[in-house]
Amino acid sequence: MSSHAKPSGDRRFLQVHFETMGAQLAASKSGMWLFLASELLFFGGLFTAYAVYRANHPDMYHYGQYFLDWRMGAINTAVLISSSLSAAWSVRAAQLGDTKTLKATLWLTLLLAGAFLVVKYFEYAHKIEAGYIWGGEHCVDNLKVAGKLTEHQIEHCLSALPPEVAHLPIPEHMGRFFSIYFVMTGLHGLHVLIGMALYVWLLRRAGRGDFGPKYFGPVDMVALYWHIVDMIWIFLFPLLYLIG
Amino acid sequence: MVAATRTAELHQGHEETSTHDNYLTHAHGWRSWIFSLDHKRIGIMYLCAILISLLLGGVFALVIRLHLWTPEGALVSNHTYNNLFTLHGAVMIFLFIIPGIPAALGNFVLPMQLGAKDLAFPRLNLLSFYLYCIGAVLFLGVLLASGIDTGWTLYPPYSLEGSRGLGVLLALTGTFIVGFSSILTGLNFMATVHSMRPKAMGWFDMPLFLWALFATGIIQVVATPVLGITVALGFLERLFHLGIFMPEYGGDPVLFQHFFWFYSHPAVYVMILPAMGIVSEVVSVFSRKPIFGYRFIAMSSIAIAVVGFLVWGHHMFTSGQSKWTNIIFSFLTFFVAVPSAIKVFNWLATMYKGDIRLKTPMVYVLGFFGLFGVGGLTGIFLGSLATDVALHDTYFVVAHFHFVMVGSVLTAFLAGLHYWWPKITGKMYDERWARVAAILVMVGFFITFLPQFLSGLQGMPRRYATYLPEFKPLHQLSTIGAIVLASGMFLDAWVLWVSLRRGKAAPANPWGAASLEWATPSPPTHHNFDETPPITGPYNYDVLEEVSEEAGWVRNDGWNP
Ligand code: HEM
Ligand SMILES: [Cu+2]
Repeated sequence: MSSHAKPSGDRRFLQVHFETMGAQLAASKSGMWLFLASELLFFGGLFTAYAVYRANHPDMYHYGQYFLDWRMGAINTAVLISSSLSAAWSVRAAQLGDTKTLKATLWLTLLLAGAFLVVKYFEYAHKIEAGYIWGGEHCVDNLKVAGKLTEHQIEHCLSALPPEVAHLPIPEHMGRFFSIYFVMTGLHGLHVLIGMALYVWLLRRAGRGDFGPKYFGPVDMVALYWHIVDMIWIFLFPLLYLIG
Repeated sequence: MVAATRTAELHQGHEETSTHDNYLTHAHGWRSWIFSLDHKRIGIMYLCAILISLLLGGVFALVIRLHLWTPEGALVSNHTYNNLFTLHGAVMIFLFIIPGIPAALGNFVLPMQLGAKDLAFPRLNLLSFYLYCIGAVLFLGVLLASGIDTGWTLYPPYSLEGSRGLGVLLALTGTFIVGFSSILTGLNFMATVHSMRPKAMGWFDMPLFLWALFATGIIQVVATPVLGITVALGFLERLFHLGIFMPEYGGDPVLFQHFFWFYSHPAVYVMILPAMGIVSEVVSVFSRKPIFGYRFIAMSSIAIAVVGFLVWGHHMFTSGQSKWTNIIFSFLTFFVAVPSAIKVFNWLATMYKGDIRLKTPMVYVLGFFGLFGVGGLTGIFLGSLATDVALHDTYFVVAHFHFVMVGSVLTAFLAGLHYWWPKITGKMYDERWARVAAILVMVGFFITFLPQFLSGLQGMPRRYATYLPEFKPLHQLSTIGAIVLASGMFLDAWVLWVSLRRGKAAPANPWGAASLEWATPSPPTHHNFDETPPITGPYNYDVLEEVSEEAGWVRNDGWNP
C-alpha cells in the first residue's frame, strides 16, 4: 500500500481499500459500535456477578455500602459527566474545523479524566491502608481468624470501621463485596486510563492539524468510547455507593 | 503497483494465469509477510498457524488413543494422561476449531466475495493474528510449566486450588488473549459485511458463507467478552482469593459454570456456523443448481446465533440447578435444533435432481451430512433431561461432540480448504488421491467414534486414564479408527504438498462457481480485483460455461478477469 502516492487535501487519510471518506467513516462507526457492544458484555459478566451475590447475600451489600464514601463517588460522577460533555463538544469543534476549541476541549476531557483517577486513588489508598481489601484478605473477615492479623492490624481495622456498622453483625465473607467493588471499579479505571492515552493521541494529531470538517473520525470514535466509559460509571456509582 | 496491474491486464490476453503479478509475488521477504496488512496473506499465516495447532492437538489425541489400548493404560502415567486430554481439548478448541474456518479461510475469502479490496480494518486484522500467536505461545508455555490437568473446561474449585501451579494461570491468560483475537476478527467481519458491500449487492444477494460469517461474528462479539471476564476473574481469584468462584472464600463454583457455558455453548456455533456456510457454497456449486431456500438458510444462521445464547444450561443439568431451570433449558435446546434441521433439508433439496459432481470438496460435504446428522441427533438425546442424567460425563458426550466438531467442522474445513485451494495457491491438486484421503478420514472417523456411543451407553466415564476390561474391544476399535483417520490426514497433507510443488496451474474459476472470489485470477492480484466484476448473483450459474478442465469456467456474457 505504501507504494501509492498519498492524495493531497482531505483525502490524505483515505485508506486504499475505501472509495470515499464517507464509506471509511461508516465502516469505522460500525466497527466502533460493535466494539462497544462487546465492552458492555465484558462488564456484563461483572454486573451479573454483582446481581447474583446481591440476591444471595443482601446483608453483605447493606454492610459494605457504608465503607464507600458517596461524596467521593458523587464528585467523580460529576467529573465524568462534564468530561463527556467536553468530549461531545470536541467532536462538534472538529466537524466545524474550529481547531482552537478542539484543542481546548480535548485538554479539558483529558484533565477531567485525570481528576477522576486522582479521586479514585484517594479512595483506594484509604481502603487499602485500613485493610479493607478484597476477598479472603479483607481485615474484617480475618478478625475472627486466630493468628491471621497482628494486634496493631486488628486495632486499625476496627478503628476505621464506619460508625453505622458498629452495631451490625459482620456478614460472613464480607470481603466478597470488596472483591466486586475493586474488580468493577478497577476495570473501569483501566478503561479511563486507556481513554486518557487516546486523548493524548488525539491532542498530538490535533496539534498537527489533522482534523477538519472532512476528517474527524478518530475524534468521533474516541468520544463514543468515552461516553460508554462514562455510562458504565453511571451504573456503578448507585449500585455500589448508594443502594445498600 | 498501478503499472504492474496494467501489465498484468495486458498479459492475461495471451498467457494464462501464471505470469500476472499476484499477492504472493507482490512483495518478498519475511517482513512482507509478518507486517502485511493484506487479508490474503494474513489468512495464509493464520492457515499455517492453525494447521500447526491441528497437528499438535492431533498428536496429543493419538497418544491418548494409544494409551487406551489396554484397560490399565499402555503408555503414560495417569497424571500425564490428564495433561494430555486437557491440552488436546484446549488446543483443538481454542487454537484450531474456533479460529479455524473464520480466521483462515474466512479472512481470505470474505473481502473477495464482497468484491472488496480488503477487510474494513486491516491493521486490526493483523493485530488479531498477533494476539492469536501470543495466546498460542502461552498455551505452549503451559506444556513447559507445570502442565494442566483440569480438562479444557477449567472448572473450579479444582482448577483454582493453590496447589495447581503456573499452568492454569498461563492457560487462563492464553484463553483471554485468544478470545480477544476472536472478538476482533468477528468485529472486523461484521463491519466489513455491513459497510463494504457494493451497492449492487443487497443483503440477500450475498453468498451464504458471508451470512454464516456474519452470524458467527455476532456470537464472537457478544459471547467472547463473557469468557474474557470469566477467565480474568478466575485469574484474580487464583492470585487474590476474591471469593467469587472458590467456595473456600465464600465463592460459587456453579457461577463459573454458568459464565463458562454462556460463552462455550455459543462457541460451538462459532465452530459450526462457518462450517455450514462452506457446505452451502459447495453443495450448490457441485450440484450445478442454485441453492434451495436461500432465505431460510440465511435466516437460520441468524436464528442459530440468537437462540444459541439461551441454551447454555444444558451442560449443567446435573450441577444442582433448579428443576425448572433444567426444564426450560431442555426445551430451548430442542428448539435450537430446528434451524439446524432447516439447513440440512435445504441442502438435500439443493442436491435433488442436481447434476452432482463428486469432486473432493463435495465428497467431504456428503460426509458432513451423515456426520452432522448423527452428531446433531445425539445432541437431542443429551438435551433430554432423563437421558442426560445418565449420559452426562460419559463417552456418549465425547462421541456427540466429536461428531459435530471433528465429523462436521473438520470435514467442512477440509471441504473449504480444497474448494478454495486453487484460488489461494493457484495450483490444482490430485483429485484422485485427495478423494482417497477424504474417504479414509471419514471412514476412520466413524470407526473411532461410533464405538464411543456404545461404551458411553454402557457407562464408560469420560476423561479416565484406565477402564474396566469389558470396554476393551470398543476402546481398541476406537484406537484403530484413530490411526486410519490420522493416515487419511497425512495422506491429504501429502497431496496438498505435492500440489504446491508441482500442481497444475489453476484457472480463475475451476469449479464453475458464481461468487465473486472466482471472478479474479488464481492466485488473486494484490488488490483482488482490477475492475469490479459484474454482480449477477452468487448462485446464478446461467452466466457460466465450462471451457475445458485446464481453462475452467468462463462467463458467457463476455466479462472475464
Ligand atoms: C444440533 C443441536 C445440538 C444439541 C441439541 C446439542 C446438545 C448438547 C448437550 C445437551 C450437551 C451436554 C451433554 C452433557 O454434558 O451431558 C452437549 C455437549 C457438547 N456439545 Fe452439543 N449439541 C448440539 C450441537 C453441537 C454442535 C454443533 C457442537 C460443536 C460444533 C457441539 C459441541 C458440544 C460440545 C463440545 C459438548 C461437550 C462439552 C464438554 O462438556 O466438554 N454440540 N451438546
Ligand atoms: Cu451446548
